Amino acid sequence: MSVTASAAGTTEPVRRRLSDRARGERSLGWRLAGPAFAVMLFVTLYPIAYAIYLSLFNYRLTDPSGRKFVGLKNYAVALSDSLFWQAFVTTFVIVVITLVVELVLGMAFAMVMNRIVLPRRTLRTIVLIPYAIITVVSAFSWLYAARIDTGFFNHWLHWLSLGGFPLDYNWFGGRWSSLTIICLSEIWKTTPFMSLLLLAGLAQIDSSLEEAAQVDGATWWQRFSKVVLPNMKAALMVAVLFRTLDAIRIYDNPYVMTGGANKTTTLSMLVANETINRVEIGMGSALAVILFVIVLIVAAIFVRGFKVDLTRTGRS
Amino acid sequence: MSEISPKAKWGLAGVAVPIMIWTVIPIAWIFATSLKSDSALGDSTLNTLGNFWPKHPTWDNYRLIFTGGAKDLFLPALWHSIVICLSATLISVVLATFCAYAISRLDFPGKKLILTTALGVSFFPVIAMVTPLFNLWRQIGLFDTIPGLIIPYLALTLPLSIWTLSAFFQQIPWEMEQAAQVDGATSWQAFRKVVAPLAAPGVFTTAIIAFFTAWNDFVFSINLTSSNARTVPAALAFFTGASQFTQPTGAICAAAVVVTVPVVILVLVFQRRIVTGLTSGAVKG
Repeated sequence: MSVTASAAGTTEPVRRRLSDRARGERSLGWRLAGPAFAVMLFVTLYPIAYAIYLSLFNYRLTDPSGRKFVGLKNYAVALSDSLFWQAFVTTFVIVVITLVVELVLGMAFAMVMNRIVLPRRTLRTIVLIPYAIITVVSAFSWLYAARIDTGFFNHWLHWLSLGGFPLDYNWFGGRWSSLTIICLSEIWKTTPFMSLLLLAGLAQIDSSLEEAAQVDGATWWQRFSKVVLPNMKAALMVAVLFRTLDAIRIYDNPYVMTGGANKTTTLSMLVANETINRVEIGMGSALAVILFVIVLIVAAIFVRGFKVDLTRTGRS
Repeated sequence: MSEISPKAKWGLAGVAVPIMIWTVIPIAWIFATSLKSDSALGDSTLNTLGNFWPKHPTWDNYRLIFTGGAKDLFLPALWHSIVICLSATLISVVLATFCAYAISRLDFPGKKLILTTALGVSFFPVIAMVTPLFNLWRQIGLFDTIPGLIIPYLALTLPLSIWTLSAFFQQIPWEMEQAAQVDGATSWQAFRKVVAPLAAPGVFTTAIIAFFTAWNDFVFSINLTSSNARTVPAALAFFTGASQFTQPTGAICAAAVVVTVPVVILVLVFQRRIVTGLTSGAVKG
């Protein structure tokens, strides 16, 4: 960095003063960075630690005197409950579907944005719009679009299929059709972020590599899979990790659209139901901790297994 | 690529059209729905384009949320959203500016720890914070208050601000400050004329991104408030069933448009900076 470079250049012979200065820099560094770090830890790690503590009790908010220590019993109950596994499956179905679709769609968007000449700025601006839309608003938009009475989906599909698609098809009548709409809303809202991350990766590829492959007679698919993808692997993995961890905590979309009906309750909704509606603080905390551990495991798999280096601060 | 052939150029423009349509339709749809009268919402013969656009657009739903029956639900929520999100953004950005300045300019142990923690914390399943905070807030009286929502919002905005601002500050040519001082500027002049203009775009962009994140929150708002501090996203969900006899579809859509428009304008104006902020925090290499 520039500061250390200029300091080293001027004060090389005076060792003693440099270390004084270095010490002053260290304490100033922590005095400036400390408050932010402390507040960050206080607002995040403290609740998690408190949740771990609460999860060891059988404790209803409405009955504080009946609170009693039960050890890991809440965890045993949660993990042997079919509702938990149903929410687990629902959550991960959403994670996998949205991730795959967003990767394909995001990649396509990024490649078009990377090459496009004509409406370049307009396209880049419009693609960013869903990022600015509140998730709940997106959920309402897709909900009303798919509902029989207010919606246009059935009308458009009816028209496209030349009358084959029933006008009174109830998207929210079953588990899989509900999940389809939930996933569509989620995909619409978060694909822009994905495509921007992928675009940043694409922009770093040396275009002469691709040209060389083209000269050598490689097909489009060969250039894409052998040159483009390997060269943007880092950006790709970061995008996948970000989206996966974000999708695991999905809450807004299913809450607004189905409220968890037809087995569409996600893990986050399960935690909230247990805590807010049933005021079972002990059990709610145990579920919260389980969700937290799931996120840690997924992150560890990515960082260890796929060697995603997130804190690479050096710019080459 | 050196040159793109005219054919490829028009081909790409052709691909861009469906992308733009896919992006715009849900927004156009919520706007169209906000213009529908109660009768048009349930009767497809009153709408065109396959029940999409109303034949007789009306501003009634906007009147309903600003001066009519839904006023008491919407206006306080809008006020709460603005106050809470601005406060959380301001606190985060001020703290993060000092922190990111230290990380990018000073040499001290623990830099990497701070950045790693900021990143790790931003992937917390936020719902895991809801249960302990719900219990604690109930006991100490912060439940359903404005500070009771600002504090958890810091958990959303602060890590993000630290991470994004550090990425911005690392690209600033800080030696300009020393150059100015060598040229005879005082520290204050050097700060005001050189450092502040260099740092301001990054700080501003970070503030926008942090504000969006807080503005978007639903999990904390719906679970940690009941009426005195409820923000717009949670209030929208409670429009549903507010009246037993008519579905408040139109009112929800009108309110959604009102909270969406200012944010979309921000995005349109600061598009390039926001893209830089979003990606420089995430992908560096």
